[in-house]
Amino acid sequence: MTPAPFGARLDDVVVRFGAQRRLTMDGAAVKDEAGTALDGVTLDLRPGVITGVLGRNGAGKSTLLTLLAAFNRPTEGTVRVGAGELLEDPWENPWVTANVQLVRESGDLMDDERVSETLKYYADLRPYWDADLAARLLDTFEVNPRKKPTALSRGKRSAVGATIGLAARAPLTILDEVYLGMDAPTRYAFYDEILADYAEHPRTILLSSHLVEEVERLFEDVVVLHRGKVLLAETAEEMQSRGFSLTGPVAAVEELARGRRELHRQRLGATVQVTIEGAPDDGTAAAARAAGVELGSLPLQDLFVRLTQPEPAGATEVRR
Amino acid sequence: MFDGPEPIYVQIATMIRAQVLAGELAEEEQVMSTTQFATTFRINPATAAKAFAGLVDEGVLYKRRGLGMFVAPGARTRLLDQHRTAYFDDVLGPALAQADLLGISTDELVAYVLGTGRREPGGPTTTTEEP
Repeated sequence: MTPAPFGARLDDVVVRFGAQRRLTMDGAAVKDEAGTALDGVTLDLRPGVITGVLGRNGAGKSTLLTLLAAFNRPTEGTVRVGAGELLEDPWENPWVTANVQLVRESGDLMDDERVSETLKYYADLRPYWDADLAARLLDTFEVNPRKKPTALSRGKRSAVGATIGLAARAPLTILDEVYLGMDAPTRYAFYDEILADYAEHPRTILLSSHLVEEVERLFEDVVVLHRGKVLLAETAEEMQSRGFSLTGPVAAVEELARGRRELHRQRLGATVQVTIEGAPDDGTAAAARAAGVELGSLPLQDLFVRLTQPEPAGATEVRR
Repeated sequence: MFDGPEPIYVQIATMIRAQVLAGELAEEEQVMSTTQFATTFRINPATAAKAFAGLVDEGVLYKRRGLGMFVAPGARTRLLDQHRTAYFDDVLGPALAQADLLGISTDELVAYVLGTGRREPGGPTTTTEEP
């Protein structure tokens, strides 16, 4: 039986770390400056879709994801997770925590026990655990469950994390940079397994990754975080329509790209690929064809890099 | 695969229409499921489902409950009609406009068309022989 997928909603969520009071030598109480991981995040996460959570290092991705799994609590604001209209505070909430599987980059494995022991632990924890799937995935990823995690390579440990994430079949499955250390064939096998199992057992999947090019087509929705704020939250299709690419002879591409906002440029000899922000004009397609220029889709990576550029200050504005 | 500027679901629909037109997908033949499509091309299943839904609305595909998607009877004829009309507007029109721009005469165009060894309509393919 497939349970109803979980959605989530965050309202004005702030998470500050390291806030503490201390006494100075002369007895005065001072409050140390706290780091702000999330700064006023309001966000709806649709149930039943695969959402990409993107952001540079320190953007607040992992903090956001740990809130949903109740590994952490917001300093301010509210977090609600649940199915349909029934959204509840995840903190110390057995119904939510049983149905949310967060796999972190560390894998959360029991290092001094065999992998099979870690899997047993999760099997007890997760009401929809599929042991057959877990066994098959370990086989696919070539992980010996009789080994201890300490005896596994980084990539194999990640593969155990991936196995837990998928075999849990949790209504809210969160995969936070689970691919670390995996080689390319393993990563692609992992993506295929996500898609195949998701198609058979629809659920909500949040996937964070720095390998944007590899995973962008897996997403139905995309959230981009930057410095603790939501820069953009929309469907992948909407995000895709924010730009396009032109590939061809330098002069012809220059002509077509003139006066447009350029996101990225890549040159290979006499050929250049320019990524442009905004939709192509009515005549662009015909003009491109006539000039031997190929009109292509917007690589999400280019938009992401542009949106999250550190300088100048005005460069991160999102234009509709 | 699917690197065009249009949304991916539009490109998937275009590919399936082309396969039906070319006869690679016969009428009443089953097309890949959304799951197969998603894993084959590594795309979100919802993207494939959206393409299929559009093709069902167009009458290119139809759904057999519990079995999957099939090519609709008469789909190829309908697509041929549509594409023949579109061919003149979208393909030949711009090509002729470009010929005018380049100063290529009608005689030259006719000579080219006659010289390509093009078969009469109805033949399965047209072949272009390079000199």
